[in-house]
Amino acid sequence: MADKQVLTGEHFVHGDAACAEGGIAVGCRFFAGYPITPATEVAERMARRLPQVGGVYIQMEDEIASMAAILGASWGGLKSMTSTSGPGFSLMMENIGLGMMTETPCVVVNVQRAGPSTGLPTLVGQADVMQARWGSHGDYGCIALAPSSPQECFDLTVHAFNLAEIYRQPVFVMSDEVVGHTTEKVVIPPREKLEVVERIRPHQAQSEYLPFDSKGPMPAPMATAGDGYHVHVTGLTHDERGYPVITDVVQERNVRHLVDKIRRNARQIIRVEGVHLDDAEVVVVAYGCTARVARQAVEDMRTRGHRAGLLRLITLWPFPSHLIRELAPRVKAFIVPEINYGQMVYEVERTAQGKAEVVLMGLMGGAIHTPREIEDAIGDYL
Amino acid sequence: MAGASEKKILKPLKNFPMEEYINSGHRACQGCAEVLAVRHVLKAIGPDMILAMATGCMEIISSPYPLTSWNVPWIHVAFENAAAVASGVESGLKALRRKGRIPDKEITVLAMGGDGGTTDIGFQALSGMMERGQKVIYVCVDNEAYMNTGIQRSSSTPFGASTTTSPAGKVHPAGQMTWKKDMTAIAAAHGIPYTATACPSFYTDLIKKVQKAKEANGPAYLHILSVCPTGWRIPPEKAIQYGQLAVDTGVFPLYEVENGVWKLSRKAKALKPVTDYFKGQGRYRHLDEKLTAFIQEKVNERWERLLKLCGVELQTEDQA
Repeated sequence: MADKQVLTGEHFVHGDAACAEGGIAVGCRFFAGYPITPATEVAERMARRLPQVGGVYIQMEDEIASMAAILGASWGGLKSMTSTSGPGFSLMMENIGLGMMTETPCVVVNVQRAGPSTGLPTLVGQADVMQARWGSHGDYGCIALAPSSPQECFDLTVHAFNLAEIYRQPVFVMSDEVVGHTTEKVVIPPREKLEVVERIRPHQAQSEYLPFDSKGPMPAPMATAGDGYHVHVTGLTHDERGYPVITDVVQERNVRHLVDKIRRNARQIIRVEGVHLDDAEVVVVAYGCTARVARQAVEDMRTRGHRAGLLRLITLWPFPSHLIRELAPRVKAFIVPEINYGQMVYEVERTAQGKAEVVLMGLMGGAIHTPREIEDAIGDYL
Repeated sequence: MAGASEKKILKPLKNFPMEEYINSGHRACQGCAEVLAVRHVLKAIGPDMILAMATGCMEIISSPYPLTSWNVPWIHVAFENAAAVASGVESGLKALRRKGRIPDKEITVLAMGGDGGTTDIGFQALSGMMERGQKVIYVCVDNEAYMNTGIQRSSSTPFGASTTTSPAGKVHPAGQMTWKKDMTAIAAAHGIPYTATACPSFYTDLIKKVQKAKEANGPAYLHILSVCPTGWRIPPEKAIQYGQLAVDTGVFPLYEVENGVWKLSRKAKALKPVTDYFKGQGRYRHLDEKLTAFIQEKVNERWERLLKLCGVELQTEDQA
């Protein structure tokens, strides 16, 4: 019988479907969603596929409920996921904060469209990348990945689940409408070649188990409902046992841990792709669909003998500050094309520390850059 | 609460308003009975209205330039908040009128949403509006799924309908496995002065109900079944016919609740079998005899309960 969990082989599918398949392949068995263009296809695929592998798809009454449901499912012991776009992402914010505070692993796919508000429902945007970082109130560490092809939608959704389990928190896959609706070849590897991280469960006695231990740089093992441990889960500031202790002292420990577990492990989490960076004079920093255009521009410039390079962000958060810092003294400029009016460019600017020009090529949404536009911008600094 | 309105209700057919408040030239699908329902609702209210509309089919087919169809003040809100925005509009008008800043004439505040925008994401805002007693007519144009995003189930999708997120298959042979949320009863339970179901296939009944809602002394809720040929997978020219069948089979009975009094809108007679209604609808194509019988049983049960609430007895023998 064919393996219904991992559809090993070559497929011709769009990015949204690849996100769904990535989730199923890595073991996601619960999806709570709500229709929203251009992310609906993820939910539709899940509604059809999850029953085939013994999983559960439920459609919720809104995105607030969707996010809450996947947190619940995660504490119930399943790998869980939801997908949405801008307006839904906004509605999820409070419960994303709850997921961060309760250290609940899960994956949120945001197929970005142009905002604010209803904006351009069917057209591309990349303006939720700062919202992913700072959208929910309070401090927490953030992991966000940006696929730039359907293949990466599959790969990064798998990776997102692994990171979620390792760092015990919601992880974002920040796709966009162009990537989500692009149909391309997607290769799904054989099951044994797929890297799958399973949740670390506690083994110690109840009396020694601290479900929210914050001493080390890594989160504590996670007991789920039915494991036999007495666990108190709360959105209130809590101590290592999970009991609410509403004092500045515990807040200090609790929140530091939420931020530090990502900050201290940033080097392990960060993934980028460098193209012609060794001798580049001008570096384009791009992600998502924009990185595909930027790559074309950089290759075109190289064939004409210009020293252009591309730093493609695969993890948006944590941001690869150390790489920008290394590059800054030896390049003339960073060109940052993105489909918003300046978001990731602030990070580049901040970490370049004035040692190189930083140029924003902003688009408000609905269209993508052309390679020619990026080439012209590179040309200005050569 | 006030009794029945003393104002004269227009006799619809004879005085069917000629004015159009939503123009043709919009981009609704062929045979869309939802936009027909909107058209009739607006005609029944007249020009003095402000309409707050949730995201959904009706918003997207009627508002983008250059296909803008509205002849009345119209505000597009988010998906979940038509009732809340309408509450604000109503309170604002009241304050302006009290201060003499606008002429002292009656302006009807209307909120409109689809079944998703009403029974799912907009439910909380609607409940708040009704609880506060705001004088707003809320119209749910119910095409029984999220049609704008491409036919996903909502809590108003009937049991047995196949949608892209409740697909009929080996594991879930029925497709949608839950029963349609009884929004009209929920609205009536808020104790608001007027609640009714309607369907544009019975337009005189629909117009009469809208006018009653307009005269109600407080919130009014109208739940209008709006046949969607695209989502139900039926030929566009059969939209009106399927609306009639939904009513005649008891799948979607027409009734009203005026100041707590339940009243059947059509004479209680034996129902047609639900198979008459299911036949030809692509969304019910997968149903076998067993599932159909199961649905028939539930429809009968609900029909009998409704008759009891309305205090009427069947005039002919019971179908089941």
